[in-house]
Amino acid sequence: MNPSTQAAAGIKTGYQYGFHDEEMLVFKSRKGLDERVVEQISHMKGEPSWMRDKRLEAYRIFKSKPMPAWGDTAFLNAIDFDDIYYYLKPTEKTEGRWEDVPESIKNTFEKIGIPEAERKFLAGVTAQYDSEAVYHRINEDLKKQGVIFTDMDTGLKEYPDVVKRYFGTVIPSTDNKFAALNTAVWSGGSFVYIPKGAQVAMPLQAYFRINAQKAGQFERTLIIAEEGSKVHYIEGCTAPTYAADSLHSAVVELIAMPGSHIRYTTIQNWSNNVYNLVTKRAIAREDAIVEWVDGNLGSKLTMKYPAVYLVGKGARGDILSCALAGEGQHQDAGAKLIFAAPHTSGTIISKSISKDGGRASYRGLVKVHSQAHDVKVNVRCDALLLDEKSRSDTYPTMEIDSKRVRVEHEASVSKIGEEQLFYLMSRGLKEQEAVTMIVNGFFDQFARELPLEYSVELNRLIQLEMEGSVG
Amino acid sequence: MPALLEIDNLQVAVKGRPILKGVSLKIQKGEIHALMGPNGSGKSTLSYAVMGHPRYELMDGKILIEGKDVTGLPPFERARLGIFLGFQYPMALPGVSVANFIRTAMKSVKGAEAGIRDFRKTLREKMSLLDMDEKFATRYVNDGFSGGEKKRLEILQMACLNPRLAILDETDSGLDIDALRVVASGIMKTAGPENGILLVTHYQRILDYVKPHFVHVFKDGRIVESGGPEMALELEKKGYAWLEGKALASELAS
Repeated sequence: MNPSTQAAAGIKTGYQYGFHDEEMLVFKSRKGLDERVVEQISHMKGEPSWMRDKRLEAYRIFKSKPMPAWGDTAFLNAIDFDDIYYYLKPTEKTEGRWEDVPESIKNTFEKIGIPEAERKFLAGVTAQYDSEAVYHRINEDLKKQGVIFTDMDTGLKEYPDVVKRYFGTVIPSTDNKFAALNTAVWSGGSFVYIPKGAQVAMPLQAYFRINAQKAGQFERTLIIAEEGSKVHYIEGCTAPTYAADSLHSAVVELIAMPGSHIRYTTIQNWSNNVYNLVTKRAIAREDAIVEWVDGNLGSKLTMKYPAVYLVGKGARGDILSCALAGEGQHQDAGAKLIFAAPHTSGTIISKSISKDGGRASYRGLVKVHSQAHDVKVNVRCDALLLDEKSRSDTYPTMEIDSKRVRVEHEASVSKIGEEQLFYLMSRGLKEQEAVTMIVNGFFDQFARELPLEYSVELNRLIQLEMEGSVG
Repeated sequence: MPALLEIDNLQVAVKGRPILKGVSLKIQKGEIHALMGPNGSGKSTLSYAVMGHPRYELMDGKILIEGKDVTGLPPFERARLGIFLGFQYPMALPGVSVANFIRTAMKSVKGAEAGIRDFRKTLREKMSLLDMDEKFATRYVNDGFSGGEKKRLEILQMACLNPRLAILDETDSGLDIDALRVVASGIMKTAGPENGILLVTHYQRILDYVKPHFVHVFKDGRIVESGGPEMALELEKKGYAWLEGKALASELAS
């Protein structure tokens, strides 16, 4: 595709971030994957041998595991693993200062507003450009508190013992095919360590972005919150529009030690050719709180079920997810709460919107093990359909092997009614404005949980999504 | 000067069934009209048709606002010309706060956005006139509202939008006497020499608080009788039954 048709495609799809910068990559692995490519990645990064071995082992697991037979198998089976670049390294070293970041990369960030966001309230930034972080800075306050916030590759270099101790303990390579793939070829992602009792007041933020055509992005994030600490991590994603399919398969592991509190917020706006197959899981120990706030706006297929394993007495897990599925998109999103200790509790709130023939599925699991008593869990799924050709499904699974468990489950599917639209239009709103207002209202519960800048961005993205969707 | 609202021989059908069978009505600036009639007579259809509800098919006739034919216009354009409809059954908008809703409506109708501070001030003032708690502004529109709260919100919107022509569809129904007083005083505060009000009601009791200049009696899709405020009292005494003959006569005449 030449640049002008790319630009035209960007306009046609109305995708705001459908620009891309010229690729200026120092190293790019060849297409496809075998043990040699895995070894090459590890070698390029100068990793310790245990990590290389872990990658190779994961690669073999990836090869041996069949494609999942559930979810959107038609979409999944369309992925051509041989047609993907698994590793790209845009610049030689990780940048510490904004001034040192290459101009073309800055331009890309400029377009998605990173410098502004940073000036406003960032506590620290790692911005992932292609597969590796190029810009990274830690606020002095964080340093003083002993907080580590860096990209995963640097984390491995500078804190090998901590990484070795926790890496893959929440999500082992054997967990699923895509977790194995990620473990084999991971690059970038964030490494966050919050020492005992540290309270991080400002949210930690990272932006992820796929730029090179057919670039697989396999970031790996590991967050460890020591006893009594508190952290809010935010990840926001945008990707340029490309004709070829891109694969994004991340692994995020959270470890919440006793009495700690982790909130992990994602707003993901992949362009609608991206396969977004992510494994996110947290371990919550005694009295720990883990919150996943997960917004899925783009991509071709998203399969993502943030999970909390409540393994300590009194732990709590709250999962709030929202999804918007447009034309040709399938958002297969949901949540998992696994109760393995007494006096634990959790909530799942899922809000999905389907439009223009898009499909949104809620897939959830609530499991209460026999040793977990006095458990409280509340699940609520709301779906909004904007037209007749769109689709919404719910696949809730409950496995309760314990007594003294209070489970509440509510689900609703609604449509925007003619009377609702007329009410708003009688107040001067055009039909599209009326629909947007109803949709924003539907997501309000989600937007409220975001920092102001993000909820403003969410509203804007929804507005963009709604444009042209109402005849 | 053309009339604020002129309805000329309006004939409207729903799914092919005629509901309005030739309605003509003129409202001048500064006038309050009451449209009374039994349930099912087509009063609400008239309100919806003037606002431009898509379900109501126009078979014949015209609706003019200050001489401008609005008959084919979508509802939002009518709203922007200064028509307001107070709904009998306002819709819930979960997740949309009262303040956000009214601010968006004001921006849409007036074409310019008030500063957030000015808006808050206006909203607070209007809310206190209607005896509403400030917390009301942060609640979701009509979501879990009582009948009385819904009607107050309609009047609050009217007070903020300050329409040239307000059509209030059964705004008095389901209100206790205190709420009725508050709502009625809200209506009276909006009424002025530049505005017109069409009060659509089944009962006469709101007319104790909102004094109409004209009363029209609606029956079977037509205005069968028009008169001064004294007619409302007459209706109250005799009931709608005495209209049967008049409706028949008017049908025969047409």
